[in-house]
Amino acid sequence: MQWETVIGLEVHVQLATQSKIFSGASTAFGAEANTQASAVDLGLPGVLPVLNENAVAMAVQFGLAINAQIPEISVFERKNYFYPDLPKGYQTSQMAQPIIGPGEVEITLEDGSTKRIRIHHAHLEEDAGKSLHEDYHGMTGIDLNRSGTPLLEIVSEPDLRSAKEASAYIKAIHAIVTYLGISDGNMAEGSMRCDVNVSVRPKGQETYGTRAEIKNVNSFRFAERAIAFEVERQIDLIEDGGKVIQETRLFDPDLDETRSMRTKEEANDYRYFPCPDLLPLMLDEAYVEHQRTTLPELPAEKRQRFQHELGLSAYDADFLSSSRPLAEYFERVKDVAGDAKLAANWVQGDLMARLNKDSLDITESPVSADQLGGLLLRLKDETINGKAAKQVFADLWERKGESADEIIDAKGLKQVTDTGAIEAMIDQVIADNPVQVTQYREAEEDKRGKMIGFFVGQAMKASRGTANPQQVNALLKQKLDALL
Amino acid sequence: MAIEHADVLRAAHLARLGLDEQEAHGYVNDLSRILEMVDRLQSVDTEGVLPLSHPLDATQPLRADEIIEPNRREAFQSCAPAVADGLYLVPRVVE
Repeated sequence: MQWETVIGLEVHVQLATQSKIFSGASTAFGAEANTQASAVDLGLPGVLPVLNENAVAMAVQFGLAINAQIPEISVFERKNYFYPDLPKGYQTSQMAQPIIGPGEVEITLEDGSTKRIRIHHAHLEEDAGKSLHEDYHGMTGIDLNRSGTPLLEIVSEPDLRSAKEASAYIKAIHAIVTYLGISDGNMAEGSMRCDVNVSVRPKGQETYGTRAEIKNVNSFRFAERAIAFEVERQIDLIEDGGKVIQETRLFDPDLDETRSMRTKEEANDYRYFPCPDLLPLMLDEAYVEHQRTTLPELPAEKRQRFQHELGLSAYDADFLSSSRPLAEYFERVKDVAGDAKLAANWVQGDLMARLNKDSLDITESPVSADQLGGLLLRLKDETINGKAAKQVFADLWERKGESADEIIDAKGLKQVTDTGAIEAMIDQVIADNPVQVTQYREAEEDKRGKMIGFFVGQAMKASRGTANPQQVNALLKQKLDALL
Repeated sequence: MAIEHADVLRAAHLARLGLDEQEAHGYVNDLSRILEMVDRLQSVDTEGVLPLSHPLDATQPLRADEIIEPNRREAFQSCAPAVADGLYLVPRVVE
C-alpha cells in the first residue's frame, strides 16, 4: 500500500528579551544555578506578574512576518500540572485567545520549488526550569534560572508531507526569527525546540490517521531522523495488523529511535483557565502598524529579489538568503565587486569551504565582505587571474595583508596581458621542450587539445601564475599548430 | 450535568488533594449543586455578550524590558528544605 505522511509542528522559540516575560530577572544563558530566579519566577506567595513589552512586540513582529491576523484582545491562561521544575504548579500560557492568529510560512524544497504552510496560531508562554538528575544523595537538583523565559510557540497546521518538508519548515521559521532578531535561534542552547506530530494514512484517504507526538527534537537533522524513524514504525505497525495509539514519544538521538513515554491517561488534562493575575492584553491598530514599520526585509522577499533582480539561480538565492548575516555579507561583497553572480560563486564556494573547514560562522570570517569584494573587483577587471585570486584569498584569510590590492602589489600578482611578453615566454617553452613538441605534432588531431595542457602549465609556471590563461592557451595553439 | 464519585476523586488527584471517603462524598453533593447553577446560567441568552476573562474593566499594563531583579538566591534558599551547589533539591523524579 502507498502511504502518505502527515506532519504538524509546534516550534518553541525563545525570545531574545533581556528580562523574563513576567519579571525583571535576567534571561542570560549560562549563569550560576538559581542566581536569575526572582520571587516571581519561583512562584512565591504574594507576587504579581507584569508582562514584558518586548515579548509582546516580538510576538507581533513574528505575526506580521507571516501575514497573520493579530487579534485585538488576547488572554493569558494557566496550564496546570505538577513537576518540580514548575514551582507554581502551572505554566502561564495562552490557549483560547492567543496573541497571533492564523498565518502562513513559505518553505523552499530541495528542487527549488516553494510550498505554503498554514500556521494555526502562535502564543506567548513562559519556560519552565531545569531538572538535573545527577546524584544529589538520591535527590534531583532544580535550577530555576530558565523559569519565566519568554517563549513563542508556533503551531502549524498538519500541512507537511515528509521529513524533508518538516526540516525545510524549521529552517524557514529559524530564518524568520533570526532575521527579525527576536531570537538568537541557537538550537544547541535550546533557543528553538520542536514537538513533532506525525501520522500516516493510505494515499488518497481524506481523514487523518492517529498521531504520535515526538518531543525532544532540537536540531534540523534530528527532526528529519526522528520523523523518518517514526513514519517507518507506524507503517510497519499498521501493516502488521496493529494500531497506532495517540501518545507522546521521546526522540533518542544516540539510538536514532523514538520511545514511548509512560504517561498516565489524565496527564494531559491541564485544566486551562484564564489567569486571574493577568488582565486581557489589548493591541490596537496603531500599535500593530507601528510594529510593522520596524520589520526588516524578510527571507522570502530577499530570496525573490536575489533571484529576479540579481539573476541568481533559485538554489543560490535560497542559500544566500538563509540567514541575515550571510545575506548581508553577500550583498556587501556584491556591492563592492559590482557583480552579483561572481559574488555568489565566491561566497558559496571558496568562502564557505574555508569557513566550514575551520568550523567558523559567517560572522567570524577572517576575510571581511569589503576585502572579498575588493578581491573580486580585481578579478573582474582582469588585474589578476583566477589562480592569483585564490592565492590572494588565502593570504587575506591568513591576515597577510589588509586588502587584495596590497597583496597583489606586494607579491607581483598582476596579470600579464602584454602579448609580446607572453609570446616570448611561449617561444621559450616550445624551445625548451622539443620532445613534447614532436609528440604533439605526431598526435591525432582530437588528442592535441588535451596535450596542449602541458604547454599551458609550463607557460603559466614561467609567468609565476600571472599570465592570462585564456591568452596563453590561444597563443600556444596558434604557435604549435603553425609547426604542424 | 451530574457529577459522580469518580469525577471528584479524579479532580482531587489532578490538584494533588488528599480526600477521605467522607470528604469525597460531601464534594459530590457540593459540586453537583454548583454545576446545577452553571446549567441554569447556560440557559440565559448571551447573544452579543463578549466572554469575560477578567472582572476588572481594564487591560494589561506592560513593563519595560529591563533587568531590575538582583540575585537573591541566598535569601530564597534559606527557607528551602534542601539545597546543594546552588540547586534546590527535591525527591528524585526519574528512576
